[in-house]
Order: sequence, then structure tokens, then C-alpha cells
Amino acid sequence: MARYVARRLATLVGIVFVISVGSFYLIHLLPGDPATVILGTGASPAARAALYRQLGLNRPLVTQYLVWIGHVLHGNLGVSFISETPVLATIRTALPIDLELILISQVLAFAGAIPLAMRAARRPNGILDRTLSAGSFTLLSIPPFIIIVLLVLLVSIKWGLANTGPSSYVSLGSDWIVNLESLALPSITLAVGSFVIYFRVLRADLITTLQEEFITMARSKGLRQRRIMWRHAFRPSSVALLGTAGVNIGGLLAGGFVVEYLLSIPGLGYTLIAAISSSDYLLVQGIVLVVSVGVVLINFLFDFLTSIVDPRISRE
Amino acid sequence: MSDQPLLSVRNLNTTFATPAGPLRAVDDVSFDLDANETLGIVGESGSGKTVLARTLMGLQPRQNVAVTGSVRLAGHEVVGASTSQLRELWSSEVAMVFQDPMTSLNPVMRVGRQIDEVLRVRHGMDRAAARTRAIELLDLVGIPSAAQRYRAYPFELSGGMRQRVVIAIALAGQPRLLIADEPTTGLDVTIQAQILDLLDSLRAQMGMSVIMITHDLGVVATRTSRLLVMYAGRMAETGPTGDVFRQHRMPYTRALLESSPKLSNAPHTRLAAIPGQPPNLARVGPGCHFAPRCGYATDQCRNDAPPLEPADRPGHLFACWHPLAPLSETTGAPS
Repeated sequence: MARYVARRLATLVGIVFVISVGSFYLIHLLPGDPATVILGTGASPAARAALYRQLGLNRPLVTQYLVWIGHVLHGNLGVSFISETPVLATIRTALPIDLELILISQVLAFAGAIPLAMRAARRPNGILDRTLSAGSFTLLSIPPFIIIVLLVLLVSIKWGLANTGPSSYVSLGSDWIVNLESLALPSITLAVGSFVIYFRVLRADLITTLQEEFITMARSKGLRQRRIMWRHAFRPSSVALLGTAGVNIGGLLAGGFVVEYLLSIPGLGYTLIAAISSSDYLLVQGIVLVVSVGVVLINFLFDFLTSIVDPRISRE
Repeated sequence: MSDQPLLSVRNLNTTFATPAGPLRAVDDVSFDLDANETLGIVGESGSGKTVLARTLMGLQPRQNVAVTGSVRLAGHEVVGASTSQLRELWSSEVAMVFQDPMTSLNPVMRVGRQIDEVLRVRHGMDRAAARTRAIELLDLVGIPSAAQRYRAYPFELSGGMRQRVVIAIALAGQPRLLIADEPTTGLDVTIQAQILDLLDSLRAQMGMSVIMITHDLGVVATRTSRLLVMYAGRMAETGPTGDVFRQHRMPYTRALLESSPKLSNAPHTRLAAIPGQPPNLARVGPGCHFAPRCGYATDQCRNDAPPLEPADRPGHLFACWHPLAPLSETTGAPS
């Protein structure tokens, strides 16, 4: 186990290095010129050259990278030229919102998917199974920006529930009840997509597992169905579920911006879109870096959980 | 109670509903098994041995399966019993050793947990007592350093060790009947003998009855007191093991005996294989199922199924219209 984790960690460091190079170089791929952004279009060539020297942009790329990564490792992602606030501070206020959204949506998705998949798998192609499979497929085919709009129409407008509509976000620290209310609809929206994926993956694996000889063996021990489902069938069936969850949660971290944008929730996705439209290069770079590293870390975490659930994985 | 056999099977039928029509995998099987007795059930792949074993336990899934007849196990009727009634029998009256130890153990549960689960859930032991007993059982089935193996996962054990664990699980409830369904098929030859010897000594030690299901006559020759030869779901011949080996009357039994390799065979001699294949049970005729592959078959064989008839010796029955002449006592020794 220790060797497995060490090997995975080494890979992780490699991936993070590649990401850092990518996010560093991203700045140079974006259209426009930092000097133009900062000084405006009318600046003299001398002023531009002075700014280039001040920012270190005249030095070789490798040197620039090393200086930059040195700062990054000390927690310094630079100060935005647009808002003149440190990038890290902006990310620090935005990131917890995404984490909260992901946490709530995932709890909802798993709480729905696991018990329903367990019930559906007991009678494959039974009435419950067919209803749930058809229903989940329908949900899967509705994109999140439709779901969130429908939810807002129904809950905030038709039912008139306060603090659930657009621009009602309040931070967790100032009023946690309003905070939860304002995140309810986006959480549900994100949960729907995750639920469908988890339900389908777990259902399919459970049906396969329940055909296994060790399930017949567990029955022959005289165990109850409930115990067989939870103790014998669930764990070996959850390997693919965990892998899928890792990828899916990484995707939510990077891709939750649609609901954030539509409801003006100032999470990372919302901030990123604002940063792109105002050409706030350093903020874009910082968010890309944080999100990419976050995705890698989440996948690492879920790989690790997988190896705990199925000990064969870490000892191939 | 004592004059009643431990297991009494009468006119047992197991029929699967398949797209090709009903498939009778177990066809009118009847036999008795006394306490402390070992019965060998022999037949080719597809002869209905495994289905019979699972029907005896009531372990057959209920969807698309119809079971008729009677299986009385230690005074309880198995056919038609509810799942909760069957659960009471499983492990404490009857337990099964499965064919392939690679697939019959839960791959992500420590083997100790798989043993003491039975003890705790079914036999009301507390965690510590169950653990102690599980280690005793691992020791009993010949697993070295049992206390350490208790924490092992199945993939950390060899095939022979895994089958020993499966046996330990089966023994946990001290069942009166142990059904071993091809317990050595997945194992190396050297390990096979060890496992069979282990089952033999455990049977004597624990006073169990054993049903040994196999396609390998070498397995049953010296370890069973009675044999039941099955073909295509039906009983072809049954009787005391020695009689079936030496005095068999049914041509299928002979074919099966001749197709089994023996160490006494001269090198490079061709093994007498049975021509043809076992029939598709969804499309069998009205007569003897073995008729299409039998050299002695007549129109009578093809049209009417032969009933079980008694042979010369008590307890020896065979189903054949044209039985072989009984061999003399001096020839045809078992392998």
C-alpha cells in the first residue's frame, strides 16, 4: 500500500509540473499584450519597454517560469492589474463556494443513487428498474442550464420561495440559512447530472456482481438479503463508481460555471468568465492553475479510495 | 428420527423455462442418504449435477425455475420452503463447498471476516468468540499460521488455500450434510488429493454426511460408499460404489468408466471417448436420453424411457432396456 501511494504521488508531482508549465504558458497564448492592457493603447514604446523590464517579460521564458513558479510555491499568484487585488485572495473567496456546491450536490447524488441502484439491481428489468433507468436517461438528456432555469421558474417564481433565485447569494459566514437557500437550486441541478451517472454505473456493476458465485455462496451461509446487498455486493461493485465520481467531481470543479453564471454565484467559474471578459490574465492563470491542480488532486483522492475499497488494485 | 435417512429425495424435477421451451435439468431423481454416509454423484458436464446440488439445498433462483417432488432434509421439506425457512437450514443443517474457490470467495473481504460472519450472524457468537472459532476452523482445515491468514484477502492465498477457506466456511455451522460440488476441479492434481483427504477426515471427525459431486470417477472410487450416475438429468445407475464399478449394467456407466484415464493404462493408448455430445435438454426425445450415443440402442430405447430396475445386489439400480451382463467378480477392478 505504501509503495502504491508513493508511486501515485510521484506521478502526481509530474502531472502538476506539466499543469504549471501549461498555465504559465497560457498567458503567452492569449490574444493581446499585457503592456497594452495595463498602459492602454496609446502608450509610448519606451513606457512599454520599461513595463516589460519591470514585469520581467524581457527575460528568457525558462527564467520567467522559474521566477513565477517560485512565487506560486510561496502562495503568490500575483496581483491583478484590473482589480488590483491579489489573485490568491480572489480565489480564496471564490473557491469555498464551489467546494460547498460540490459537497452538497454530491451528498444529494449519492444519497439518491446508492439506495435506488441497490433496489433496481435486485430485479433487473423489473418495474422499478425499468422506471428508474428510463427516468434517469430522461434526466441525463436535459442539460443543466435547462434544469436550473426550470427550477428557478418553479421554485423561485411560481412558489415564490425567497433567496432561491438569481443574485441571492450570501456567504456562509454571514448567514448560513440564506447561504444554503441560495445554493439549493444550483446544488440540485448539479446533483441531478451526478445522480444519473452514479445510479447507472452502480446499477450495472451491482447486476454483474449479483451474478457472481460468491453471492450464491453468501446466500448459502443463510445471510439475509439486506446483508448480502450491503456487505457482499456493494463494495465490489463500487470501484467503477468511485472512479466515475472522481472524474465527475473534477468536472464539476471546472465546469460548474453554467449554474454559477446563470444565478450570479461568485464561485470560481463565475469569476473565471468575468476575468476572461476583462482580460484579467493573472486571474485567469491563477484560476486555471488552481482548478487543474484541484482536478488532479480529486482524482488522486478517488484513486486512493478505490485502492482501499478493492485491495487488489494496490498490489497488482 | 434415527431410522429416518438424513436426506430423502423423491421424484425430484427441476425445470427451467427457457426461450427454447422447458428444460428439465433434473428429471425424476430419487435417493436416500444416511447419516455419516458419502454419496458420489457422477456425470459429464451438463448432466444436471450442479443443478441437482443446488436444488437439494433450495439454492436455485426462483425466477423461471419450477421444482417438483420432495427433498426432506433432517425432517424439513426443502421443496416449496420459504427463503426464511431455508435460511434456517443453510449452514446449520446443510452447507456447500463450491466448485471454483477463485470465484466463490468475496474478493474484497478478509477471509476471517467471511468465516466469522456466519458465526456471528447465524450462530449468535460475539465478535471475539467468532474470531477465536474462525481461527480454529482455519487451523482445522489445515491452513498454516491461521491467526495471520485470518486477516488475508482471498487474492493473497493460493487456490488450494482458498478452497480450504471455503470448506472452513461450510463447516462453521457444523452442518449435518456437506454438499461438495466438484470441489477440486479448479485445483492442481497434487492439491486435489489433499482437499479430498481433508474432506474425508473432516466427515469422520464431525460425523457429517457428504455428497461428492464430480465428473472424475477417480475421485469417488475410494472415497464414497454409494454412487449415483447421472445422464442428461436422469439417474442412469446407482448403487454401492464397488458394485457400480464392478457390476455396472448401464452402457453409459461403462462408457464413463472406460473414458476415465488410469495410471495402469499403457502409455500412448487412446482413451475411449464417448462419441457424440450430451443432448440439448430442451430438445430431447421421449426415450432414453443416452440412446443417440449408445451402441446397443434399439427403437424401444428411442421411444420409451427405461425405468430404474433393481440389479442382483441390494441397493443397486439401473435404467436400461438392454443391460450389460454383470461382470464376474474377478475382472474389472476399480481404478
